[in-house]
Amino acid sequence: MSDIAVDVRGVSKRFRLAHGRHNSLKERVIHGGRTPHEDFWALKDVSLVAREGETVGILGRNGSGKSTLLKCICGVLQPTSGEVVVRGKLAGLLELGAGFQQDLSGRENVYLNGSMLGMSKKEVDRVFDDIVDFSELEEFIDGPVKFYSSGMYVRLGFAVAVNVNPDILVVDEVLAVGDERFQRKCIERVKDFQREGRTILLVTHSPDQVRSICDRAVVLSHGDVIHEGVPGEAVRIFREGLLEEEGTLAIPEESPEPQPPTIVPKGKPDADHPVRVTYVAHTYPRFEEVGYLATGDSLTIGVGYHASIATDDVVFSLELRDSDDNCFMRTDTDIMGLRFDLPVGPGLVNFLVDDIPLLDGTFSYSVGILSKGGILFDWREPAGSFAVMSPGKDTGFITMPVRAWLLPPEPEAIAQMAPEELDYLRPGA
Amino acid sequence: MAAEAAGFTPREAHGNKVTRVVSPTISVRQRFKEIWLSRELLVYLVRTEIKVKYKNSVLGLVWSMISPAMTLAIYFIVFQVVLGNHMPNFVIYLFAGLLLWNLFSLGVLTGTGVIVNNAGIVKKVSFPREILALAAVGSAIVFFFFQSIVMVIFMIVLHAGPDWTYLPLLVLALITGVVLASALAVLLSSINVYLRDTQHLIEVILTAWFWACPIVYAYQSNIAAKLGPKGLLWVYFLNPVTPLVLTFQRCIYNKVAPTALVKQPDGKYAVEHFAVLPLHGFWWYASLDVAVLAGSSILFVVALAVFGRLEGNFAEEL
Repeated sequence: MSDIAVDVRGVSKRFRLAHGRHNSLKERVIHGGRTPHEDFWALKDVSLVAREGETVGILGRNGSGKSTLLKCICGVLQPTSGEVVVRGKLAGLLELGAGFQQDLSGRENVYLNGSMLGMSKKEVDRVFDDIVDFSELEEFIDGPVKFYSSGMYVRLGFAVAVNVNPDILVVDEVLAVGDERFQRKCIERVKDFQREGRTILLVTHSPDQVRSICDRAVVLSHGDVIHEGVPGEAVRIFREGLLEEEGTLAIPEESPEPQPPTIVPKGKPDADHPVRVTYVAHTYPRFEEVGYLATGDSLTIGVGYHASIATDDVVFSLELRDSDDNCFMRTDTDIMGLRFDLPVGPGLVNFLVDDIPLLDGTFSYSVGILSKGGILFDWREPAGSFAVMSPGKDTGFITMPVRAWLLPPEPEAIAQMAPEELDYLRPGA
Repeated sequence: MAAEAAGFTPREAHGNKVTRVVSPTISVRQRFKEIWLSRELLVYLVRTEIKVKYKNSVLGLVWSMISPAMTLAIYFIVFQVVLGNHMPNFVIYLFAGLLLWNLFSLGVLTGTGVIVNNAGIVKKVSFPREILALAAVGSAIVFFFFQSIVMVIFMIVLHAGPDWTYLPLLVLALITGVVLASALAVLLSSINVYLRDTQHLIEVILTAWFWACPIVYAYQSNIAAKLGPKGLLWVYFLNPVTPLVLTFQRCIYNKVAPTALVKQPDGKYAVEHFAVLPLHGFWWYASLDVAVLAGSSILFVVALAVFGRLEGNFAEEL
């Protein structure tokens, strides 16, 4: 399994950005055969190794050279210098259905496309039914593809490509095609490939996919490999890079800095709003260094207030919301069993979340001040937001400690087990 | 791992793995190897092109016979009826030359535009791109065979038999024509990506080239008799298609210097002699064809090398 399947050796690719192309003879003659151009290096001396059976993710912003790299690996583009050595049959999912002939039927296109991807007629014959099954186009396979919907088109393209039976599969963001069910089917298929010990190179915009599928990931930036390592770390560096380049990514538009009191009624006590929010801020362990917290970090949210009238039994509430503004948690100091009697003057209440169970995403929070009876004195919504990045492999929304253990298969077997054997059925055994 | 549990790893399943190198320099030998490995794709592309070309036409492939038949009819009317050329079986003579010429010119002409016209595939799918140019020549070969059928019918109707001893040379000339057309198609298709004028230029050149071949006029009386005494005949043979056309005519037309009874202006009939084909024998034709084949083969290798150099930037120039 330690054989190298894809070996990218010092590949550079230069693009000529022409200032107005001179494709006709006249223009060439006028400009003395030279086209005014600027050199743009899409890849700068990139080296990369994918071993047999490994799944390597490639992360990078738009324009970082990841598609160029894949095209070089697939042989669609030739590098300006350096070389790519590919051992085994390679199938590239660069664009699904590229090379389909509009006028031919689905069936004919399967054969044409298959042979373009390096299959013999016999091989296509053998997998033809699988292809049709997978694409779910049984009724349409003999109709010309020009009458296919775009979804049908890519389905057929994907079905052909994965049935080429490649040793190496190169996937460029095409997992985002079709409806959700078909997408899942595609990802399942990619995972099957993984289980069968094939090599996969995956370019994706979804760090979740990298985290859950890949063994290793590479981060490209401006044509350079800036990081290579375990997926979690690569995703972190990729996101950090995004933050650096764009200032902040999805981080509070509201400044997390303490805000000056806004609606403090000067002098005049206000019976309806005896306590007002003056500022809201949050912090976490590496607040000064990075713009996000890691899953499991602690988060402190501070609520500054000003009481214009001494008020007893004031309740402070906190709501956490996801990026779609759905509240997924609400709590307040009353629920926590706390009682705050506030004298006149300013003060601060801190909420501390010990162990953030959230995975990747941006979350916002709102705060409120109310009476024990539920009369709202003041609120801020949203009061601020924070980003979370998960270093782990779990995907989804939140993480919880989960354990698993194996049960004997037959219930009858359990019935016949000795009491001490039954200990295995207890968690943590 | 599931695959291993089943006693099966992809490695075993696929046998020996092919190692492929993507680099700016791929040897011509490697290119030949890749073309050979893609031969089935070549067949598919030819079939596709023919299918697509006549997909929605009622007469379909019949068109590939009608159009050369029309050309034939026009030349026949112009030369035999209007200009009063009385060469016997002129139709067969014309057809013999046109057969080879159509193969050559169609292959070169469609081959030239093939990379630009298939930009979508070239930019997205990896396969030896010269296959596209070869497929253009391939479909020209298919049309060649359809036209051959028409010609055989003509020969049967006119009781004109070929010279069977020259049949091996006809095959040699056909192969040579295919190699030459392929070489030019591969070369020009890659140049056309950078200089789109190539396509138009080649159209003009092919028109002139047609008249530089002894297709509608007789070689012996019009060319050899006039250029020969001046010692300039070699200039005419700089055109590599000439020996191939002559070979086709020698085999199919099978009349070197026919005679015919022609009605004179005074109403009487007189015997007229026509000097049509060179008076040389089998080996003269053979050596010329072999020379052209050798030259064409070298050109093909050069074309592949040039194609390889230019191929690197196809995706961005298209």
